[in-house]
Amino acid sequence: MRYRFSLRGRGDPTEWREAARAFLLAGIVPDFVEWRTMDDADGLFGFDDNHRPPPYPDHPPANVPAAFVKLAEAVLCHSDPTRFALLYRMLFRLVHDRHLLQMASDADVVAARRMAKSVGRDYHKMTAFVRFKELPMPADLAGRRRFLAWFEPDHFIVARVAPFFQRRFNDMDWLIATPKGSASWDGETLRVTDEPAEKPDLRDETDELWRTYYASIFNPARLKVKMMTKEMPKKYWKNLPEAELIPSLIANAEANVMDMARRAASEPLPFHHRIQEAAAKVPAAPKAPAGTIAALKEEARSCTRCDIYCRATQTVFGDGPPDAKVMFVGEQPGDQEDLAGRPFVGPAGKLFNDVIGEVGIDRNSLYITNAVKHFKYEPRGKRRIHQKPNMGEVRQCRWWLTQELELVKPKLVVAMGATALFALTDMRQKLEDVRGEPIAMEDGRTLFVTVHPSYLLRIPDEGRKAEELVRFREDMNRIKRLAA
Amino acid sequence: MKKSLKERLAVLSDAAKYDASCASSGTVKRDSSVSGGLGSTEGSGICHAYAPDGRCISLLKILLTNFCIYDCAYCINRSSSNVERARFTPEEVVWLTLEFYRRNYIEGLFLSSGIIRSSDHTMEEMVRIARDLRTVHNFRGYIHLKTIPEASAHLIEEAGLYADRLSINIELPTDAGIGKFAPEKRPDNIRRSMGELRLKMEEMADPTLQTKRRKKFAPAGQSTQMIVGADGASDATILGTSARLYGSYGLKRVYYSAFSPIPDSSKNLPLIKPPLMREHRLYQADWLYRFYGFDIGEITSTQSDGMLDLDLDPKLVWALGHREQFPVDVNKAEREILLRVPGLGTKTVKSILSARRFRRLRLEDLKRLGVSLKKIQPFITAEGWTPHRLVDRTDLSAMFAPRPEQLSLL
Repeated sequence: MRYRFSLRGRGDPTEWREAARAFLLAGIVPDFVEWRTMDDADGLFGFDDNHRPPPYPDHPPANVPAAFVKLAEAVLCHSDPTRFALLYRMLFRLVHDRHLLQMASDADVVAARRMAKSVGRDYHKMTAFVRFKELPMPADLAGRRRFLAWFEPDHFIVARVAPFFQRRFNDMDWLIATPKGSASWDGETLRVTDEPAEKPDLRDETDELWRTYYASIFNPARLKVKMMTKEMPKKYWKNLPEAELIPSLIANAEANVMDMARRAASEPLPFHHRIQEAAAKVPAAPKAPAGTIAALKEEARSCTRCDIYCRATQTVFGDGPPDAKVMFVGEQPGDQEDLAGRPFVGPAGKLFNDVIGEVGIDRNSLYITNAVKHFKYEPRGKRRIHQKPNMGEVRQCRWWLTQELELVKPKLVVAMGATALFALTDMRQKLEDVRGEPIAMEDGRTLFVTVHPSYLLRIPDEGRKAEELVRFREDMNRIKRLAA
Repeated sequence: MKKSLKERLAVLSDAAKYDASCASSGTVKRDSSVSGGLGSTEGSGICHAYAPDGRCISLLKILLTNFCIYDCAYCINRSSSNVERARFTPEEVVWLTLEFYRRNYIEGLFLSSGIIRSSDHTMEEMVRIARDLRTVHNFRGYIHLKTIPEASAHLIEEAGLYADRLSINIELPTDAGIGKFAPEKRPDNIRRSMGELRLKMEEMADPTLQTKRRKKFAPAGQSTQMIVGADGASDATILGTSARLYGSYGLKRVYYSAFSPIPDSSKNLPLIKPPLMREHRLYQADWLYRFYGFDIGEITSTQSDGMLDLDLDPKLVWALGHREQFPVDVNKAEREILLRVPGLGTKTVKSILSARRFRRLRLEDLKRLGVSLKKIQPFITAEGWTPHRLVDRTDLSAMFAPRPEQLSLL
């Protein structure tokens, strides 16, 4: 037996779902159901012939994936009359084939997705192109401001979009009228009907300001009309207050640009000269006295001795008391140091702080610096991968390290890692050969060599890491004794 | 005589149009349905109108004032320019934002400003507008503030509490370029400010010990803009700078703005048509870097001068230069490989991976997924399809090249 079923078909998902469930439970194959909407010519007879078959005994319950329910709710808002049959066919197939929706290239799935996408686009365009006009307040009435809008959607989406406007325009009364139903909000209740409305005659003074903005934000030198009409199709223009300007904006664009090009730069106004004079008169910031660490640091801020500077955020200069007895030299600032502008504040710095804290060295008594003062790295997506500075860069940057040594005059210099050792001695040695014993330097200072704390962080094996950490702590203990 | 609000709106939006960004996406979800007030943000932004330049109008993009003490050659508002000057009061900006928002013209405000008196004075006024919108008027729409690199840290911090997005324009891809065209701007200051913003965002994202709640600080992150075609920088230089900015400061977006002739233009600048196609190719390359697993070097090494091909999109150019890697089997290849096939986008690749678990895909399947067969055919094999060594054809790139077009003079 064939069934004929009529629906209102104005985007309400319940009416189709209930009917479809009944047909499915009765085991009626899709070809035997004819779906109609009230607005069809034949549907004038209304719902007289709407009868549902009795459920087939022992039919399994009609369970469908949640994704199908979501998809169907969107598709039911579409204005295509074939949507009911398509959805029932998919529902019927889903009983035997739970994975139907994952077959992204299946013809039915593609058709349904396309309809849902079209509804989604219509939804989005409604949130974008509804234009509220303010209604004048009755003279004797104070209260919430009232707004009215007219919009012409392609599909039956008013009920679907209405909550969006309620979430957004809470503190005003509004009504959106469309040929496919209306929605309104009065601060307490969101009301929706699917009855067609008439286009009201509306006016709002603020539209004039909006048109001014629209015309001024447009750049005539970049005319791309196709791009505009793709995103703002002409069918919407009649209800957009700004759209009436479009033809003249396009027509005059080229002339405006030519005009701009023809006019040569004019002489600056007195305003400009006054600013320039004032800027020239501003006294330079007080400089730190020459021959101090502060002055050296200031000078290093604009260092361009090698190419790393323009990739890094800033110079990360040494930090600590200008007369410290012990100077620590690391390799180069890392990601965190580069952002903060201070040495040893990242993960390696934290480990360093922990270890010297355990052995009882006060970080505030140390002068801490790096062999290279800018962060060298390779960008990798959202991260920066540390890159070892090359010998040329270390030599260039020694200019600063040497002056730091001369000004701070530390008794003990600690090289952490091979780069620091190279910067201090110009020798490329295996760290292990010189590590852990004080070495006398030519200038009377004592050099002590240990590993860089970031080396400890990189050891993958936990056992070895713990061993190395013990050795590092022993080194720090020796440094404490040497400094005493 | 004082200009009317409408006249000043014309001046101050005209002055703001060279900023490319109008994005209102990527912030937290919030609305006024329970809390009252006005406004909502729902993740993806909304473009409320499109101008005939094809650009989205999502925000009220204006300057607080176009008086400026800086003299940046490329800028319409530089102090030596003879353009009309105007300024809004903070109250006027608040009023315009709210009234435009109520009529559903916009998603929110993108406020920028010329530098008047001092960086702090200007920043203070901008922060005041954002604060009034949020605290006095319960405004929950989108706010984007252009921050001024030299402004004090406490002002930037307050700005981040009210704004969804903060941005500082890097303006030009090289330090030398900035030195030449924007002599008052300090590239190191710009980088340091971006670094401070990133640190601030990370610090605020850490749950506090007392409440375990994360504080909100510029939830839509930071972005920047580079002008393309004003100085001589190559595309490789530009993209290299972008990659460093993305990696260093966690930027959400780097915008490329084709240099567009401005009224009363400085004599140091070319009066050219804006290089729109170049701008478009840069965006494509930027996407390949961020979403398709390409390195900048792979994209820009195809041409010796470090420029991108204007006729063909960078992914196709890469594929034509690496024919030995094709054809790719759509029924077997991994995601990373599929992403490198010209004509396959991230969404299509996802659909292919899902669909091929259930059946072997044919060309018809791909067509239904919305793929352009003409573009993809030479680069893939599918069930029932092998490209007859199409990738070896010497005229392969000619198959994709656009038809020649008569050039026009500006």
